[in-house]
Amino acid sequence: MNIETLVFYFFSAITIVAAIGVISVKNSVQAVLCLVLAFFSAAALWLLLEAEFLAITLVLVYVGAVMVLFLFVVMMLDVDFAAMKQGFTKQLPLGLLVGAGLFGAIYWVIRFEVFGNDKVPEPAKSEQGYSNVEELGRLLYSEYFYPFEIAGVILLVAIIAAISLTFRGRRDRKGQSVREQHQVLKEERLKIISMESERPVSSSDVNSESGGAS
Amino acid sequence: MQLITEGLWIVAKIAMILLPLVLAVAYTTYAERKLIGYMQMRIGPNRVGPKGWLQPIADVVKLLMKEVIVPSGANKTLFLLAPILFIAPSFAAWAVVPFDAELVLADTNAGLLYLLAMTSIAVYGVIIAGWASNSRYALIGSLRSASQIVSYEIAMGFALVGVLMAGGSMNLGDIVAAQNGSALHWFWIPLFPILVIYWISGVAETNRAPFDLPEGESEIVAGFHVEYAGMAFALFFLAEYANMILISILTALFFFGGWLNPFQGIPYLEAATDWVPGTIWLLLKAAWFLFMMIWLRATFPRYRYDQIMRLGWKVFIPVTVVWLIVLTFWIKLEWGWWFDGRGIAALGGAS
Repeated sequence: MNIETLVFYFFSAITIVAAIGVISVKNSVQAVLCLVLAFFSAAALWLLLEAEFLAITLVLVYVGAVMVLFLFVVMMLDVDFAAMKQGFTKQLPLGLLVGAGLFGAIYWVIRFEVFGNDKVPEPAKSEQGYSNVEELGRLLYSEYFYPFEIAGVILLVAIIAAISLTFRGRRDRKGQSVREQHQVLKEERLKIISMESERPVSSSDVNSESGGAS
Repeated sequence: MQLITEGLWIVAKIAMILLPLVLAVAYTTYAERKLIGYMQMRIGPNRVGPKGWLQPIADVVKLLMKEVIVPSGANKTLFLLAPILFIAPSFAAWAVVPFDAELVLADTNAGLLYLLAMTSIAVYGVIIAGWASNSRYALIGSLRSASQIVSYEIAMGFALVGVLMAGGSMNLGDIVAAQNGSALHWFWIPLFPILVIYWISGVAETNRAPFDLPEGESEIVAGFHVEYAGMAFALFFLAEYANMILISILTALFFFGGWLNPFQGIPYLEAATDWVPGTIWLLLKAAWFLFMMIWLRATFPRYRYDQIMRLGWKVFIPVTVVWLIVLTFWIKLEWGWWFDGRGIAALGGAS
């Protein structure tokens, strides 16, 4: 057993344990953190495949951005666990059925006959100077150009849809117009008045004040 | 056996980066207190050791001796995990930082992306610290920090795309090598708007003044780390300063030629300064940016929250995107001497 196999089993074990943790941990914030750990160890597995670009992108996009927003939302939620557990036994058969169906479907796609060790050859070690970023860029912008651009447009549509669904343009809000703030002139806000200089207070006043202070 | 010696060698190299870093952090705090003191016509710390030189050591000892207090309502595991989650990425990011042409721990081709990934996961430490403390101020601080870091990360990411385009590589060593020539070959000229945005976003990412709303003493006491004491607090402190130094070094690497001699190409000065090792140049350049960060803190008042968000989303992101388009034309038309051999002519020759 070489070191790579050891590292592979180490991170696979972490991924599986973390993935189980996502659905079994009681605290929802801890569940999200388990998911983060699962993503992280999956990225480590990708690194073993020498897919360094994809691995780091996984960390950057999912761990660094998506899960942060997820954690945000989960932290703000006030989950009533008692209400959630209601009707657990009633829904259990249906849940098991759906779960079994899903498992069956995934198993049918990635079963041993399709993705077995003898079916998929071991990927060749890339030679020195091979850059995964360059290779990916070349493929994305030539062979897969249309799918790539279409995916981008779909995401853009989703963003616009999300904004237009949630933005209720209230016109009576007390927003600040930065343009107006910048255009403010000194004369509008400040009044400079010339004032007589103060005379020193009389000596008796000074004496009584200093006496009080000391 | 060979595996063990190799592993030990890597650990030794990590120690060679981290120990000076921790020392640098300690003396950055001293420099900050002294500099801000002078800027405000004070003397700054001057009691411990000659001219206060031992002040940081005294601070470290104090923080080490203090008790780590866990609030009774806190989620204990997460509360103690948060400082570790905050400091681990800020140390891990140093793995790809080159200190000279050959002096780098991990010479990876995805260095730039790795840096971005590491700086983006530090936000977990902040969020978890705020949430696990079970305190209102801490939670407000962590929410502010998270939204600020996520917002400025986008501008920073776009700025790094500009660096990547100009350098033609994600390897930090190659980016510096692409700036070889003279001080006018450095990327600060073609990437000037991106330099400004990267620098300001870097200050915002490290939660430094004038973007220190997550700590905002006057409103929310100390923000996300208000409940931390002793060593746990020291970890937050250490990570923040390590990030400051990292951002300074990265700015020097991306825009100011890293370890390249600034007098390169000038007849007599180049020969006269040839003996200076590249690392010294890099550290000098980084020290200047570190000084600027401290200077900023002494100069500007804190931003208002909506102003921060506006600056990040409505100013920085559009400016970087526009400059990326300008840069594309710049590179492809080979204006000036920065992008020789990378333009349309070179492309035609390659295909």
